[in-house]
Amino acid sequence: MIELTENPLEPATLLAKAQSPDAGAVVLFLGITRRMTGDRETLCLQYEAYQAMAVKELERLKNEACERWSLTACAISHRLGAVPLGEASVAIVVASAHRGEAFAAGQWLIDTLKECVPIWKQEQWADGKTEWVHPKGNDEARITNDK
Amino acid sequence: MRVYVKLFAGARELVGQESVALELPASATVGLLRERLTEAHPELRSLANHAMFAIEATYCDNETPIPENAEIACIPPVSGG
Repeated sequence: MIELTENPLEPATLLAKAQSPDAGAVVLFLGITRRMTGDRETLCLQYEAYQAMAVKELERLKNEACERWSLTACAISHRLGAVPLGEASVAIVVASAHRGEAFAAGQWLIDTLKECVPIWKQEQWADGKTEWVHPKGNDEARITNDK
Repeated sequence: MRVYVKLFAGARELVGQESVALELPASATVGLLRERLTEAHPELRSLANHAMFAIEATYCDNETPIPENAEIACIPPVSGG
């Protein structure tokens, strides 16, 4: 299952769907809005997507993961809009007969999602500034707003 | 031909619009689009240098020709997850 949603993610539902008598291992990854980045404090993250393409890319990643590893289930859910501290922006669930494949697929899926899928986060810092996160691009162009 | 380029995140914020219109020759490639975009919007230069472009929601490279009436998007470095 692939999903983009503005609602809080429901990992328990994803886990329940992935659990089956064929799956000896179910791995869940949650990406969480963290308070501190170095010595800067985050209040909230805001996520935006090119939705049609993000869904297509997530489907592509899921299909590739299913080709590379023998999975019995694979689900990716990404939240959009505001994601408060301590809440999940992304949930990935993979299941396989043995744990090695589920761990490997889960690691690959989150690493590749972060490189390829057209979704962006905006930091809302505690000092009142906001900043779109563009790895590489941001080194030269910091898209910062003082509010 | 006239093309419309969708903008997202920092690119959208720098330009202040969700898409921009550009006039391109019929045989234009993504590389030319990248040049024309930064000429028309110099504020995008450093971000556009690192950006990918997508045609019909599929990543393409600088050599890809741009079909007429295609959906084109500028994809600045992504930060999902």
